Amino acid sequence: MSAALIVDLGLTLLILGLGVWTVAARSNNGAVVGYIAYGLLVALVWVRLAAVDVALTEAAIGSGLTGLLLLGVATRLPRSARLTRPPTGLGTRLLAGFLSAAVAGGLAAVVLLLPDPAPTLAPSVAANLPATGLGNPVTGVLIAFRAIDTLLESVVLVFAIIGVWSLAPKDGWGERPGWLRPAPLGSALTLLAQLLPPIGILVGIHLFWTGATAPGGAFQGGAVLAAMWVLAMIAGLARPPAVSRRWLRLMLVAGPALFLTVGIAGIWLAGAFLAYPVAYAKPLILVIEAALTLSIAAALGLLLAGPPEHPSAAERQP
Amino acid sequence: MSSVTLFGLCGAALVGLGLYGLIVLPGALRRIIAFNLLGSGVFLLFGVIARRGGGVIAGTGSDPVPQALIITGLVVAFAATALAVALLRRLLQETGRDDWDEDERSDR
Repeated sequence: MSAALIVDLGLTLLILGLGVWTVAARSNNGAVVGYIAYGLLVALVWVRLAAVDVALTEAAIGSGLTGLLLLGVATRLPRSARLTRPPTGLGTRLLAGFLSAAVAGGLAAVVLLLPDPAPTLAPSVAANLPATGLGNPVTGVLIAFRAIDTLLESVVLVFAIIGVWSLAPKDGWGERPGWLRPAPLGSALTLLAQLLPPIGILVGIHLFWTGATAPGGAFQGGAVLAAMWVLAMIAGLARPPAVSRRWLRLMLVAGPALFLTVGIAGIWLAGAFLAYPVAYAKPLILVIEAALTLSIAAALGLLLAGPPEHPSAAERQP
Repeated sequence: MSSVTLFGLCGAALVGLGLYGLIVLPGALRRIIAFNLLGSGVFLLFGVIARRGGGVIAGTGSDPVPQALIITGLVVAFAATALAVALLRRLLQETGRDDWDEDERSDR
């Protein structure tokens, strides 16, 4: 047994242990913290699977932003909900356990019986990548070869914002989002929120820019930018903008709208929807990525900031 | 057994674990976490398939097509989680509870 396999086995056991913990933990806070640690370890697995782009996304969004979102609601659950409640009946649990074990067993059998050599699209991506002018095959797939997925996904983010905003209380519409109540001033958080964002914003822009040739891209960069924005909002150094602001809405739709416009223009200029004219492929992709980064950062930040609330709602809440 | 197969089995186990939590756990927050666990297991299975496809040719460690789909999936999973959390917080605001099966609760 090689050293690498032993490390991977340890990593797998840690991940499974944390997975069991998030299901079995007594307190909600404990389960959420377990899930954050779990996400970071899964990011390590992505590195071991040679998928650095996915590792960056997992660490930033899967662990960081999701963790913040879950912690925000876990601390607000009423005390009665934090206590252990009568668990589901034994029969249901047995049946659910049997069903879940069957699903897991079936998937495990599929993993063990995967065809060898594995079917792959990597050679066709490598052969066609020079036409896009990009050096990172993952960015090439995201923005060029499977552009329709990325376009629809950026629209999903806008729909999620619409969904969250629709949950505003009656008197809340047009106000500022209410989830991120700032901590008291003068705390260590304030210092962190002053020191970190200048560096974090540079890292975010770098991730977007370097995504053309190396691991990184619009999603990873946008997630880091969103994290910096949220940090400033939590520390009270920046207030979340009122949802009725026109510039905010323009920022949210700029990425998907530009992507769609270029995609439709491709019907005449390059012969197909979402195709780029070869001579202009690289600059077009960079402009789309820049707009997407901005829109993704705004959307992720606003999803964490929640629906608009009337300023007085803070006192009414438990 | 190779590391890639090991991570594949880990993904399969996580799907089972998440599914079990989704059915059995009380309270919406715990079900949201279990749902994320289930999704994470599916992504891992995808990553294993990507890794197996990438080793074939030199230069790419992992098939970029499934990788791109995983990145898309992670962002969509986050958006769905945010919407679920928003629903849960609204439920808390309106009723002060984190669950909705009232009939079942009053029977116990």
